[in-house]
Amino acid sequence: MGIRFILMVNKQGQTRLAQYYEWLTLEERRALEGEIVRKCLARNEQQCSFVEHRNYKIVYRRYASLFFLVGVDNDENELAILEFIHLLVETMDRHFGNVCELDIMFHLEKAHFMLEEMVMSGCIVETSKANILTPVQLLEKTS
Amino acid sequence: MAMHGMRGLSVFISDIRNCQNKEQERQRIDKELGNVRNRFKNEKGLSPYEKKKYVWKMLYIYMLGYDVDFGHMEAVSLISAPKYPEKQVGYIVTSCLLNENHDFLRLAINTVRNDIIGRNETFQCLALTMVGNIGGREFAESLAPDVQKLLLSSSCRPLVRKKAALCLLRLYRKNPDVVNVDGWADRMAQLLDERDLGVLTSSMSLLVALVSNNHEAYWSCLPKCVKTLERLARNQDIPQEYTYYGIPSPWLQVKTMRALQYFPTIEDPYTRRTLFEVLQRILMGTDVVKNVNKNNASHAVLFEALALVMHLDAEKEMMSQCVALLGKFIAVREPNIRYLGLENMTRMLMVTDAQEIIKRHQAQIITSLKDPDISIRRRALDLLYGMCDVTNAKDIVEELLQYLSSADFTMREELSLKAAILAEKFAPDLSWYVDVILQLIDKAGDFISDDIWFRVVQFVTNNDDLQVSAYILGEYSHLLARRPGCSPKEIFGILHEKLPTVSTTTIPILLSAYAKILMHTQPPDQELQSQIWAIFNKYESCIDAEIQQRAVEYFALCQKGAALMDILAEMPKFPERKSSLIKRAEYSEADTAEQSAIKLRAQQQPSNALVVTDQPPANGATSPVPVGQLSLAMVPSMITTEDHTSTDPASSQQNGSLTKVDPQHPSADLLGDLLGPLAIEGPPGATVQSEHNAVSRLEGGPDAVDGSAIVPVEEQRNTVQPIGNIAERFHALCLKDSGVLYEDPYIQIGIKAEWRAHHGRLVLFLGNKNTAPLVSVQALMLPPAHLKMELSLVPDTIPPRAQVQCPLEVVNLRPSRDVAVLDFSYKFGTNMVNVKLRLPAVLNKFLQPIPVPAEEFFPQWRSLSGPPLKLQEVVRGVRPMPLPEMANLLNSFRLMICPGLDPNPNNLVASTTFYSESTHAMLCLIRIETDPADRTQLRMTLASGDPTLTFELKEFIKEQLISIPTAPPQSPAPAPAPPPAAQATPQIPPNDPAALLAGLLS
Repeated sequence: MGIRFILMVNKQGQTRLAQYYEWLTLEERRALEGEIVRKCLARNEQQCSFVEHRNYKIVYRRYASLFFLVGVDNDENELAILEFIHLLVETMDRHFGNVCELDIMFHLEKAHFMLEEMVMSGCIVETSKANILTPVQLLEKTS
Repeated sequence: MAMHGMRGLSVFISDIRNCQNKEQERQRIDKELGNVRNRFKNEKGLSPYEKKKYVWKMLYIYMLGYDVDFGHMEAVSLISAPKYPEKQVGYIVTSCLLNENHDFLRLAINTVRNDIIGRNETFQCLALTMVGNIGGREFAESLAPDVQKLLLSSSCRPLVRKKAALCLLRLYRKNPDVVNVDGWADRMAQLLDERDLGVLTSSMSLLVALVSNNHEAYWSCLPKCVKTLERLARNQDIPQEYTYYGIPSPWLQVKTMRALQYFPTIEDPYTRRTLFEVLQRILMGTDVVKNVNKNNASHAVLFEALALVMHLDAEKEMMSQCVALLGKFIAVREPNIRYLGLENMTRMLMVTDAQEIIKRHQAQIITSLKDPDISIRRRALDLLYGMCDVTNAKDIVEELLQYLSSADFTMREELSLKAAILAEKFAPDLSWYVDVILQLIDKAGDFISDDIWFRVVQFVTNNDDLQVSAYILGEYSHLLARRPGCSPKEIFGILHEKLPTVSTTTIPILLSAYAKILMHTQPPDQELQSQIWAIFNKYESCIDAEIQQRAVEYFALCQKGAALMDILAEMPKFPERKSSLIKRAEYSEADTAEQSAIKLRAQQQPSNALVVTDQPPANGATSPVPVGQLSLAMVPSMITTEDHTSTDPASSQQNGSLTKVDPQHPSADLLGDLLGPLAIEGPPGATVQSEHNAVSRLEGGPDAVDGSAIVPVEEQRNTVQPIGNIAERFHALCLKDSGVLYEDPYIQIGIKAEWRAHHGRLVLFLGNKNTAPLVSVQALMLPPAHLKMELSLVPDTIPPRAQVQCPLEVVNLRPSRDVAVLDFSYKFGTNMVNVKLRLPAVLNKFLQPIPVPAEEFFPQWRSLSGPPLKLQEVVRGVRPMPLPEMANLLNSFRLMICPGLDPNPNNLVASTTFYSESTHAMLCLIRIETDPADRTQLRMTLASGDPTLTFELKEFIKEQLISIPTAPPQSPAPAPAPPPAAQATPQIPPNDPAALLAGLLS
């Protein structure tokens, strides 16, 4: 199924966005997020961007104070996911202009809209930034 | 902007952001939840805009980890809002909060369908996305045909069709029986002609799902995939928006190559040639560039191309290009590429002929085994494990052993497991195998799982000549493994000279060995006999109960002579079966990240029989099974004969294959069952044994081999004495929420608990009392079936004088009196300490006292009429106590006494609420009638809306009234040789592992 979840976590370990593509209970999510944060945030720049955890592989990338962590199946193409993270960041950049943690916190709904346009059912739907941002812009016009 | 209007939300988020700690955050959120709840209650005054705002707040709160069940309905109801902004929020938040089985979704199904078949394409997109994320069976049943129509519709714009493709994918994957894809091959082929890359990307994912189920049906799609890949690789007609750092959609390229890997082969020569040209281009034309993103994207494509080439089993030349590339990758500094190089090289092992080329990189791979990054080390370990065969087993296993001493704790168990499997599979000779295992135990004893022990015992038992020796060697002396000397006397001599230096846990094993040597020396050797009898005599008064008991028993047995020989006869052979280690490696989940290689290995070697390879050992010895090479190897040869008097020991020594003990032999069998485990290795209390079995069953661990009884349980014996009475500490903690759970000279374990309805949050405080670290700290929860428990990671090491806090989350699922157990162990110096501690997550913690006025009590009491909801019992043997004391006792268990409800002053009435996931909050009513003339008996009546709860609570209260249970004595009295079965504690229900455990504690 590809992507199982996408997390954005700051360097204190606080979740700033969580989108799951498989159902986990609240308790399971809390536990999983805690474990992943403990494992990934302790790693340094010289280490690779992939961490094996439970039955997932976590592909992650750090941008300033924010970590983007994507949980995928074990046979997913890791580098493709790693660049997908960057595509997501570039898309947010195009919208917010040099996106930062606060943009995501205070515009959680927009971050979710963008993600909705990019991933569905754990698969990538769209990779054109213009197409991803069209519905977000439409929303801004109507409200 | 949408958010500008939502000032309240911004303020709330700011507040959360400013919270200094978790408690403040919780307070702020509780306040907000109260507010949101209130607003939803008075829904009439709520504008759509406000509703939207509160629903977003809920999502925010949910993301922070708080329950927002109360608001699900509100989120779902927004789906039917007429305007886009509200509808959008409804769809998105619903798909975040609800799962596919949620009842509320059913309410929305009509609206969703209307949106999907309606004219408004933005609504269509919203609905398709939600169904694509959480659509379940009912959605599949009512929507699949509509979604299929949208996907193929020529009047639909791409933005709708790309979503329809993935929506259909979800419905099909969840319910392949409901979604009809007959005849879809042609439609998929048609979809793959699509020019729009968004639709193509989604359709390719859909194709992967369809093809993976049934590739036969989709042959017609194969050339289309190749064409798509060619179009991308040659950058023909790719809009700028879809190129990423100059690379035409790397994601679509990857997905297309993934789809191609589901076709077993490509027959059409033209298609095959085209594809190989493209692949060749990718393999040769991918250069390392400066820009990280471009580099990653191009290598994402390259690695997928490698996988496809391997899958297609291409020409030799191309294969060697692949291996050469991978060889380059595993040597680069860039960690991502190195990781992927190792991972893909492991996949490459599946390709015929590749193994030889991969072996050339062995040295480089071993370097990665020492990399500072654990992800890379794991990949290296997996690859080494996968590439190991008879030619390199010695080198690889020795590397693994060497690395074991410096490996971090998280990897040691996996490492030792893999080393053990490889040693077993590819052992050039038995002594090498035993040496490896002993080194393993020596270097990583604490990380050796029981399975390895079982396996060693099983292995040597199946290879006749090593039997007894390995039981002994298992504990101590690999030095013995290679010395010559076979006579019973010599063996005894070798063993006995070690006796003064061994620990008390080893002495019983030696005594067992002496007994065996003696019993099977035929004809009897008088000198040896008197020597050994003297030793037994000496230990009959040993202070250690275990040693004492064995000495007494063996002495008694010896004097019965040959009639009881069979008790000490050879263990029956274990059935040849799959190594439990391999099973374990296959099924071990979680962090170990075993995947391809182990499965691959299992597939490659369908015969799981234990094989000592025919390969001549490196030292040039010619015999594949070097009989007699081990000094102790001959012992079993002499002990196993059915007819003890007539067997010629010399002949059995020579051929090494012996008459098996006839398992049908009635007397032997009977006694074997009764005394077998004891006589061979078992500790005096069979209860300990059953506990171990119970534990492994409880954990769902790999099934122990039949002969688990012979595993040296002594391993786990504690020499450290606890401070204070563990049972008393536990009982105290049942009544209060913080205190000390366990203490010994090295560690103190404190506990602090918070209980809220059916949830509990406990914190274990592990305090090291010393100036040296505590190592190999392990905490394993053994929860009873009714509790869901999650213990956060416990560190392996507790630094000197440090305290570590480990949170433990508890959820009560159903009423039950079973008790959770914490299996805790650590090492201090040479002391291995293991304790099993009951945790005070007991029934009364999930009670909340509640006063019930008379006008509510009596109707309730009457409505619960008779069993099973209302139970009555006359309890005898009650600890006599005055009525106020009993009232206090009940209050302390959170049963609230309701004075004045019962006119009889000798009676008590109490009420409480019990919380569990299955019962939710449930009122319980209790009435106790005492007899002032006889305080040792009373009549108790209990009522609740759940039969199990009524019963469990009744039993629970009864236990409290009869007597406070006290700890059993520290060690069983060393009575001379009682049959072990008689020592099993009788009050324990036989098939209740948790109770069994609890009964054995303290």
